[in-house]
Formats: sequence, C-alpha cells, structure tokens
Amino acid sequence: MTDTENLLEVRGLKVYFDIKGGILKRTVGVVQAVDGIDLDIKHGEILGLVGESGCGKTTAGRAILRLLEPTAGVVRYNGQNIYEVRHAEMKPYRARMQIVFQDPYSSLDPRSKVGDIVGEGLRVHGVTDRNERQQRVLEALRMVGLQEHHMRRFPHEFSGGQRQRIGIARALVLNPKFIVCDEPVSALDVSIQSQVLNLLKDLQQSLNLTLLFIAHDMSVVEHLCNRVAVMYLGKIVEVAEREELFSNPQHPYTQALMSAIPVANPKIKKDRIILQGDPPSPLNPPPGCRFHTRCLEAVDICSQEEPELIDLGNNHLCACHLRQPDTVS
Amino acid sequence: MTDKNDNNGTSSVMQAADNSPLLQVSDLRTYFFTREGTVKAVDGVSFTVRKGEVRGIVGESGCGKSMTAMSILRLIDKPGRIVSGEVLFKGQNLRKMSRREMTAIRGKHISVIFQEPRSSLNPVFKVGNQLVEVLRIHKGGKRKAQREEAVELLREVGIPDPGRRISNYPHEMSGGMAQRVMIAMGMACAPDLLIADEPTTALDVTIQAQVLDLIRQLRDDHRMAVILITHDMGIVAEMADIVTVMYAGASVEEAETEALFENPLHPYTQGLIASIPVMGEVKERLDVIPGTVPDLIDMPPGCRFAPRCRARVEHGLTQCEIEEPHMIEAEPGHSVRCWLYEGEKTS
Repeated sequence: MTDTENLLEVRGLKVYFDIKGGILKRTVGVVQAVDGIDLDIKHGEILGLVGESGCGKTTAGRAILRLLEPTAGVVRYNGQNIYEVRHAEMKPYRARMQIVFQDPYSSLDPRSKVGDIVGEGLRVHGVTDRNERQQRVLEALRMVGLQEHHMRRFPHEFSGGQRQRIGIARALVLNPKFIVCDEPVSALDVSIQSQVLNLLKDLQQSLNLTLLFIAHDMSVVEHLCNRVAVMYLGKIVEVAEREELFSNPQHPYTQALMSAIPVANPKIKKDRIILQGDPPSPLNPPPGCRFHTRCLEAVDICSQEEPELIDLGNNHLCACHLRQPDTVS
Repeated sequence: MTDKNDNNGTSSVMQAADNSPLLQVSDLRTYFFTREGTVKAVDGVSFTVRKGEVRGIVGESGCGKSMTAMSILRLIDKPGRIVSGEVLFKGQNLRKMSRREMTAIRGKHISVIFQEPRSSLNPVFKVGNQLVEVLRIHKGGKRKAQREEAVELLREVGIPDPGRRISNYPHEMSGGMAQRVMIAMGMACAPDLLIADEPTTALDVTIQAQVLDLIRQLRDDHRMAVILITHDMGIVAEMADIVTVMYAGASVEEAETEALFENPLHPYTQGLIASIPVMGEVKERLDVIPGTVPDLIDMPPGCRFAPRCRARVEHGLTQCEIEEPHMIEAEPGHSVRCWLYEGEKTS
C-alpha cells in the first residue's frame, strides 16, 4: 500500500435503507441515511463529523469502515477502493481501521473477561501464540490507563469511563492507523468525559493515529478536532479547519447549531438563533437544499435546486446558495 | 386561557405570603433498603424555591438529583423510603399529607416533566386524551370545553396545527414535539411549581434550544417557579437564577448562578467547571477530576468528595476523611460543604 496525501477519500458515498412493509414485504420507502458525501481524511488528523441525531453521521462512519455496504460511492484507503476488495481479503484493512462505539455498556460482551474482549481481534487476525496475545492485550490496556489485574475481570465490574477505556483498548490492540470514534464520550458523565477526551488526544499524538470523531457536541469537537465536517440530513453542509469553522461559520445550519449550545458562563448572553420545527424525515427529504424548511434566510432557489459543496477559499467548503466565494467577507 | 389565569391563586386553598418561599426542602434523606445494603440516594439536601424563580440542581448521574425531585412529590417506591427531612410547600408539610391530598397537589400545584418524553407518555392513547385526563382529574368541566382547552394548551407550547396534532399518538411525534406535549400536560393546571428533570437531555441541541426557550417563556408569563434538574453546566448557566450542586447524594454548594460560575468554592464544583470544554476557549488539555463517584452503598466516611479531592491534598487537610463537613455560608448567599471553609471560620 503506497501512501497518499489523504489516508481516506470518500467520494459520492450513499447509503440507503429500504423499508419493507405489508404482507409481501415490498419496499414501501427508502431512508436516504447518507446521500452522497465527499470527504478527505488526512494522515494523522482528527476530523470531526458533527450533526444531530438522524443526520446519518453514524451510518457514514460505519460505511467508511465497510461495516455497511453502501448503495453507491467509493471509499479509498491509501488509494485502494475498499469496496472493491473481496470480503476474504478485507482482513488487513479491518486491522488497520477500527471503531470505538458510543455506548460502553452495550458494546462489551457481558460474559467475556476484559482480556478476552480486548484479545479477540488478535485471535481473529491470526496471533495464535497465547503469550504474545496476552502481552499485546496488556500493552493496550496500559495505554488506556488500565492494569494487568483488570484482564481477569468482567465488564460489569467497571464504571462507564473505564468501560470506554476497554473499548478503546480493544480498538488499539491491532495497531490500527485509523479509528472511527462514534460518540465515544456522549454516554459519560462530564467529569469522566474529560478524562476520556484527554486520553484520546494523547493516544492520537503518541501513536500518530488518524481519527474520525463522530459527535453531536460542538464544544467537544472544538476541543479535540483539527478539522470539522457538519452534516444535515444525509449531506455534508460545511467543512473547514477548526479555527476557521468556529470563528467564521458560514452555513446557516452551522450558525444555528453553534448558537444553540448553552454556554457554561452566565455572563455571556447570546443572541440565539432558534430554529423552528424539527428536521425533516430522511424518508422523504425536501427538494432543493435540505435545510431550506428550517432556514431563516431561505429564498426561492433554495427549495428548487440543491446547492453544491464549494470552496469559499481557505479550504472552507460550504453548501449554500447564499454563500458564494465572492459573497464571503 | 383567561379562566386558567383566574384560577391561578384564587381557587388555591393554600395561599402563601409572597415573600415566603414557595417550597422549602430541609435535610431531606431518601434511602433505598436493598439486599446489598442501604443506598443513600439522597442524603442531606436543603434548598428553597421562591415564586417565579428557576432553581437549578446540577450534578452527575447517581448524585441523587432526580431522587430529590421524586422525594418532593413522594413518588418513591419500595424498597425506597424518605427517612427524614421536611418538604414545606406553601407552608404545608408534604410529607405529612394524606395520599388524597398529595394526589391533589401533584399535577395541579406541582407538576413534573421527565427526561424521556416518549416513554413518559402512554403509547396507546392519543395525546389529546392524555391531556384531557389531566384536566378532568384536576379541573372537571364539560368534555368539549376540556378538549378545546387541550388544543389551546398545545398551541401555547408551540405545537403547529394543534387541532390535528391532538389526535396523534405519541409515536407519531418527534422527541421535541412529545416533550412539548409533556410540558403542556405539566402546564394544564397552571401549577405554581414545575419540576423539569433533565427535560432536554434526550433532545438535539437545536430542539433543546426551543424547549428551553419555551420553559423560560412560560416561567415569565405565569410567574411559575421551576426546579431545573440537569447535568449540563451550560443549561444551568443560561437558565437558573440560583443553583444547588449535588455530589453523591448531598448538596455541596449553593449560590446564585453568576457567583457560582465566577467564584466556585467547592473543589468539586471547581473541577466540574474546569473539566467541560467551552466553545471558543480551546485548551490543550482539559482539567480532570481523578477517580470516579463513590458507591452509594459504601460511602466514604467524612466528606464524600475527599478521595477525589486535590484541594484536600494541597492544603494538607486531615479532617476530611474523618468527619463530614457541614453546609456553611462562606460568603453572603453562597454556601458550601467543605472543611476548607469551615476550618477558616472556626479557627
């Protein structure tokens, strides 16, 4: 595998789910969970993927790992389209591309010991020597701040934060290059959340990992990520470097999302943009720009034509009819 | 909605002078007697709520904030029991009331909305019928009028097309809509006190902003008091007038919101505020509170926060692990439960 500038390139990724209904189980609808996204993930960066529930961010993360088969599109890992790789030959990619799940309670087998949970990947990937396995499990556990005696315990003996550490150790044990972190801290208490965020940041730096960090919490994303992509209803609406995005958000949705976050400082009284209504269903997304039904700035063209993701300069991509390169100050 | 406002106060038997607190909770303790041992879910909580005030109760999961709310409403089931403390609502002790009197209070004078809106609504009844039920129990009147009032309530909480929505089942609504219905039910009798237990935790941020805005608006329009229970320091900062911080079953700090954020006294509050990422203030590393919350069955003797407390080590305090500190007023209107301040006062 040769190294390319981007570790991962996602092009035109679509993931649709059929809804079956009736006695004949015919397709009665299609959920357009991810509807054509392009994304580059550079070597050694943390890319944040933010959006609200149902926007397709988790589905996108899973499709990028080929845990789901896409409806259309390409995901290139170091230049190789992983969807063209035969299933039997996916193993080396699986070892390099790992995932940390959101819920540390349901993602660990309650009947397996921690050592076996973390070591399972090694067994699957042909590390037959028991001692070597044990050694590598121990290394992974130490990296996340756990100790040797934890190997012989069961998941229920651990707190949420510790469980998430086990989940991270499980992902690390195969020496991956790329990890999708799917809301890894949203199930944790705030005082524990900061421990796990610091751990992820440390590991990313010391192991030179590339992370796709999926989250709904903008302040967590700002703390951790180098670059951020914002998703709405199956589409990416904005991508930019962290400083650029947070100091100069362009898409009306990103602006509303940021203004909606309560700030832990009673002295800051924000002029809040309060969006009306709920996000439309991905079963039946609105025509044109998907955000136009809630957008405060929408004009006629927004409901007719779908905006493309264009570079406004500074590698700041935005999909909005009202934001063109010349209109940006 | 005019008859509702007239109802507010005049029909109420329990009238209180305006400056006395609406609700006064003192030294509330609720224990659960399980086979594994006694879980001290609420273990020494005191606070007051005044008319039109938003009292924030903030803490992490398991700190007893929800159980405090349930104890106020006497909704504690076996093996739990309120073992001591007083809950005075307009001067009357709710703990001494009969079941019947308590039922009359719940929903009419004090209502509550929970975290998961869709699981708090009954899935097999239309939301309209569930709303009408509240009105029937507490207000009576003709069914047709009740139905009209239900539509009016849905309109007030910002549900578009309420005449049609009233015939929806809960599953036909989004989370934000369902939470609005819950709020409408809570508001049906124009209560004096609304207890909102993590009202927006299950909702997305843009929907959360709508719901918080609605609660604020209802508070202003009806001069209703609110107890807002949350784990989110951001929500507290924006919504609350006065805040109680809870840790492992007990209140550890109480202050007006600005004072609390500007000058947090308790080491736990300090740690909590420092450990959250704040938008616009990027730090290389977040501060952390080491360790985890203690087991509520096996509480450390002395201060519950002592095993995780850095200030204790820095100041070389020895008392912390032996004796529990008391809630003292360290600064005017700013109370804290910590030997760091208690020692100062006594020595």
